[in-house]
Amino acid sequence: MKISGAKAFIKCLKEQGVDTIFGFPGGAVIEIYDELNKCDDIRHILVRHEQGAVHAADGYARVKGDVGVALVTSGPGATNTVTGIASAYCDSIPMVVFTGQVPTQLIGNDAFQEVDIVGITRPCTKHNYLVKNPEDLVPTIREAFHIARTGRPGPVLVDLPKDVIGSTIAFPENRQVKLRTYRPTYEPHPGQIEKACQAILKAKRPVIYAGGGVVLSKAHEELTRLARKLHIPVTMTLMGLGGFPGTDPLSMGMLGMHGTYYANMAVAESDLLIAVGARFDDRVTGRIDAFAPHAKIVHIDIDPSSISKNVKVDIPIVADCRHALAAINSWIDRKGEVNDAAQKEKLAAWHDKIAGWRKKHPLGYKEEGDIIKPQYVVEKLHELTGGEAIISTEVGQNQMWAAQFYHFNHPGSLLTSGGLGVMGYGFPAAIGAQIAAPDRIVIDIAGDGSIQMNIQELATARQHGCPVKIAILNNGYLGMVRQWQELFFDRNYSATPLDVAPDFVALAKAYGGVGLRATRKSEVEPVIKEALKTDNVVIMDFVVAREEGVYPMVPAGKATTEMLLV
Amino acid sequence: MRHVISVLLQNKPGVLSRVTGLFSGRGFNIESLAVAQTLDPEVSCLTLTTTGDDMIIEQITKQLHKLIDVIKVTDMNEVESVEREMAIIRVKAEAGTRAEVLRVIDIFRGKVVDVSPKSYAVEITGPASKIKAVIDILRPIGIQEIVRTGVISMARAKKN
Repeated sequence: MKISGAKAFIKCLKEQGVDTIFGFPGGAVIEIYDELNKCDDIRHILVRHEQGAVHAADGYARVKGDVGVALVTSGPGATNTVTGIASAYCDSIPMVVFTGQVPTQLIGNDAFQEVDIVGITRPCTKHNYLVKNPEDLVPTIREAFHIARTGRPGPVLVDLPKDVIGSTIAFPENRQVKLRTYRPTYEPHPGQIEKACQAILKAKRPVIYAGGGVVLSKAHEELTRLARKLHIPVTMTLMGLGGFPGTDPLSMGMLGMHGTYYANMAVAESDLLIAVGARFDDRVTGRIDAFAPHAKIVHIDIDPSSISKNVKVDIPIVADCRHALAAINSWIDRKGEVNDAAQKEKLAAWHDKIAGWRKKHPLGYKEEGDIIKPQYVVEKLHELTGGEAIISTEVGQNQMWAAQFYHFNHPGSLLTSGGLGVMGYGFPAAIGAQIAAPDRIVIDIAGDGSIQMNIQELATARQHGCPVKIAILNNGYLGMVRQWQELFFDRNYSATPLDVAPDFVALAKAYGGVGLRATRKSEVEPVIKEALKTDNVVIMDFVVAREEGVYPMVPAGKATTEMLLV
Repeated sequence: MRHVISVLLQNKPGVLSRVTGLFSGRGFNIESLAVAQTLDPEVSCLTLTTTGDDMIIEQITKQLHKLIDVIKVTDMNEVESVEREMAIIRVKAEAGTRAEVLRVIDIFRGKVVDVSPKSYAVEITGPASKIKAVIDILRPIGIQEIVRTGVISMARAKKN
């Protein structure tokens, strides 16, 4: 039996397990929307800007642990997705983005709402497709999902010309995806595992450096087992937070530009760095030749091109992080002959040293009477949610304070645009997260600058009943840039004061949400408590110390040991 | 160091731009590029020459492998191979130099493919080093135009 392209599209999505689509309609995809409205199994979340759809699909994917889906029309609908796609690409988030396209016979004619979105997104997708023949529609969608969710995950874009959607096709039942050469390596090489294990058992000053790969591959349990069994201190990248419990005594928190003093010092003095699903990003390494200069480096990553890209690796392991860590744990169990007391004794001096650094420069901030410190707000959010909320962030100071002070204990509990650093990511991502986990508390920690980049999604949250809580750390500045101007540009605050700002409380109300404000420290706790018991989207406007900075800070181009401290 | 890299690709629209986009986006250079269908019409072979230290060449190879449409990547510097490039060179050939040009071409086993009263166009085939040698010799006589195909390369068959 033959069915329409639009029907086949919906049927194929259901087959791929899709239950939610974030999107925005338009002429090129109107046939799909016609079918979507008749389909009870797929929930469509109508956003107010296509960028919001992609970030929401990103947040949804991270919380659900599966592929997020966005659907937009051709032309501007498609170009509006680019930032979201690029962000998902940097953070390796599995996602399929469907864009409408003008009919095939018009492609290349500069038709109305035509854009070469496959060309535009080529460098920021894992792969992309233009479906030219109706019979390719279903196999292409299957391939897209397969590529998005396997190996190092990432966004895949499928461009759908209007005539392909409008065509009549026989739905191909054979679901098997055949790709000639795409075969990601999941299992580690046993020889490399043995080398890594021997290095780990020999190390006197080991550090585990865990990245987003730990979260993506669900390797947190294996990682925690390895660290606890051998008493190895753990530091995490921004994307890795939650991959190891942040409140565990072995956790040193985040490393890098705004990492903790002790994490950066420990990496600098380590004799073995075990990098797991991390990519030696410049925000982590600082000046590259001064990064972990005494350490032998073990690097586990499913993407071979991540290995030895920035830093020469001694023991490379190309594998899925979970599989590789499981293999390491099992090798150590079988052949390691680890005596717990002896292992503890061997690393005692190392732990003493780290404890000394921790004592010398703990993570902290200065209290100033009843003025609200942004870090205090994050600490209170942690306390009042028991550390169990899903936190999304915007980008800038708000993001770093969230990373430093929320102490994430679970993978998937921090949603942040880590690689691309997109202001405006947090709120739509929080909506996606709330859709994926309706019973969890979802909080977007935002700045007064970045929240305005996708503030229109308040309507989306209201329309689809997402009681997301937005905590604006309102300092009246584009705070991170201001901080750089303070430190490196002689306080020349060029274009960073936000002299005109909306009344966020009134704004929340205008959308039918709830607005709350705190201007004094004593008001912070009641405002959070009020927000947490409100079953509606809430903006908490925290008027915070205007010129508070994020510390520690490694100035750009400096070694990570050259930190500016509180 | 100069490397010749051979890439087998799915013969589909847009695949070439995935490769060239990768090079421009990551700041790798391409000195020459040649691409055409292979025996299997679904597969194209792309040969490119590039330069870089070991770490850069390793990245190039890995990044190429990462493209879904790439089937196989071979660094031809690591295998025994036959390398060829063709150039058509238009060289000034006036009364005093016409015979000299023909002699040089003959030595390099080139062919004259176009003749005019004041110039010859000559075809030279060989490894890039040979093309360079011809150009160096003809330059003092007066080269007016050069067109080159870019290097192609094939691994030698195993002898046993």
